[in-house]
Amino acid sequence: MTSPFADQKMITLTNLQKTFPSRGAGAPVTALADIDLTIERGEIFGVIGRSGAGKSTLLRTINLLESPSSGSVRVDDVEMTALSPKELREARHSIGMIFQHFNLLSSRTVFDNVALPLELAGVAKPVIRQTVEPLLDLVGLTDKRDRYPSELSGGQKQRVGIARALASKPKVLLSDEATSALDPETTTQILHLLADINRRLGLTIVLITHEIGVIKEICHKVAVMEAGRVIEQGPVFDIFAHPTHPTTRSFVDPVINRGIPDGLRARLSPTPQPGANPVLRITFTGEKATSPVISAISRQLNLDLNIWHGQIDEIQGAPFGTLVVEALGDDTAVEAAISLLNVNHLGVEVLGYALPANH
Amino acid sequence: MLSPQIIDLLIKALIDTLHMVAVSGAIGTLIGLPIGVALAVTGRGELLQNLVFNRIVGAVVNMTRSTPFIILVVAIIPFTRLIAGTSIGTSAAIVPLTVAAAPFIARIVENAIREVDRGLIEAAQAMGATPFQIVTKVLLPEAMPAIAMGLTLSAVSLIGYSAMVGAVGGGGLGDLGIRYGYQRFLPEVMLAVVVVLIVLVQIVQSTGDWIARRVNKRHLKV
Repeated sequence: MTSPFADQKMITLTNLQKTFPSRGAGAPVTALADIDLTIERGEIFGVIGRSGAGKSTLLRTINLLESPSSGSVRVDDVEMTALSPKELREARHSIGMIFQHFNLLSSRTVFDNVALPLELAGVAKPVIRQTVEPLLDLVGLTDKRDRYPSELSGGQKQRVGIARALASKPKVLLSDEATSALDPETTTQILHLLADINRRLGLTIVLITHEIGVIKEICHKVAVMEAGRVIEQGPVFDIFAHPTHPTTRSFVDPVINRGIPDGLRARLSPTPQPGANPVLRITFTGEKATSPVISAISRQLNLDLNIWHGQIDEIQGAPFGTLVVEALGDDTAVEAAISLLNVNHLGVEVLGYALPANH
Repeated sequence: MLSPQIIDLLIKALIDTLHMVAVSGAIGTLIGLPIGVALAVTGRGELLQNLVFNRIVGAVVNMTRSTPFIILVVAIIPFTRLIAGTSIGTSAAIVPLTVAAAPFIARIVENAIREVDRGLIEAAQAMGATPFQIVTKVLLPEAMPAIAMGLTLSAVSLIGYSAMVGAVGGGGLGDLGIRYGYQRFLPEVMLAVVVVLIVLVQIVQSTGDWIARRVNKRHLKV
């Protein structure tokens, strides 16, 4: 998905390294290694990884809460690593941040929490009011303005966090596992709010998560991290449709159900067997997801295709289908079918060979 | 029953005690609060880590805290004379009480601030807050319930300590109890002093608890 400002870079991380000195005798711990990422203006960029993968450190290098050991961090054409402490504080005013545990001040009301970044910047009281009130409206908390965080639900707290992050009119919003402490329904609401803000304000959002559902729901691009490295990155649709790294597959498989039912899986042999038919997984992307290619193959090649499993998903508004079929025909017909699918730019892979069902 | 003279003495002693506790508590807070903040923010891995400063100030605080109060009172008589112009009387007694209260309060403030969620500091840093703003806008307001409880504890301790300043002619309820109740063997005076002290401590504690509850917005709804 292309943003209206696709040619403009908002965040560029170049050859980023971060090592933490070891506690005691061991070797230093590498948190980030050879990170190169470009995040475009107006984009929702997701970083996914398991805990300890380095995604939190990566996010914190963008506003230099974590200073990289080496490498370059450019945000809106400003080299963050070269700033003086004062300049850095100034630059942080244009980078909002939200957190897994909200990090709201318990001693301040909803209004005063949202006003905090403005107070810190020395904004005059009437201007603060003019800024905060529309934000409370945006996140739907106008009626809670004089409540304290302990009187709010998790979702409401995160809405306060979002309003607070937006108060200084940032160009970038960093989201640190912002929905990980919320229930699924609230997660969806918060994600929709973020997507809405992204569209309405053209705000660039960088979010980290360990939940692939979050990526699928709102991200335009995704980077997958493991052991401090980005192992795969690209448009969300492409990564979901063609995950190459095993870790990426393990994230993607559960949500788009590329797998096949266990009962059928038990009949699969990885190598050709006498009397066993090849089982193919065909993936359809974009407009091809709706074209009648299967029946065409069946007709042209006189090949029976026994459908095992099929599914059509939608990722970022584009249809994405998978079909698992057992090909009942001779080897040459199967070969021909595979090449025909390839010619049509459909993804095809041989999952294995189906042994006859037990009777 | 108590004679009118004794009641007069009791009232004067109560006023002396309140005077000593209030002044030493107030000055002790003025000195202890910034020291406590400084100790909290200069510790390892903290906002303005400065281990040399932290260790030196920490050692001074510990020295004062580990000296038994009655010894402190006597040991710092020259200092007391320098500050108060005399080493005898209620005003003089305020000096050792303050010297004892300040480090106590400093530790209480330090602990209260260290208990503030680190995520709040990170959030404030992400907003571009200066270290001074983080202290004044985040750490102190968030630590206020714990500080209020701690100051109440300090006030109660000071009431106890103030009983010992009779050693330097400090006056107050403790002094009255020792001189009339114990040395002149007037058990009814001793009892009256104890009752007044109990009531005083109760009032201080209840007021402190009430204030701490008022400033604590953390558990408004379960």
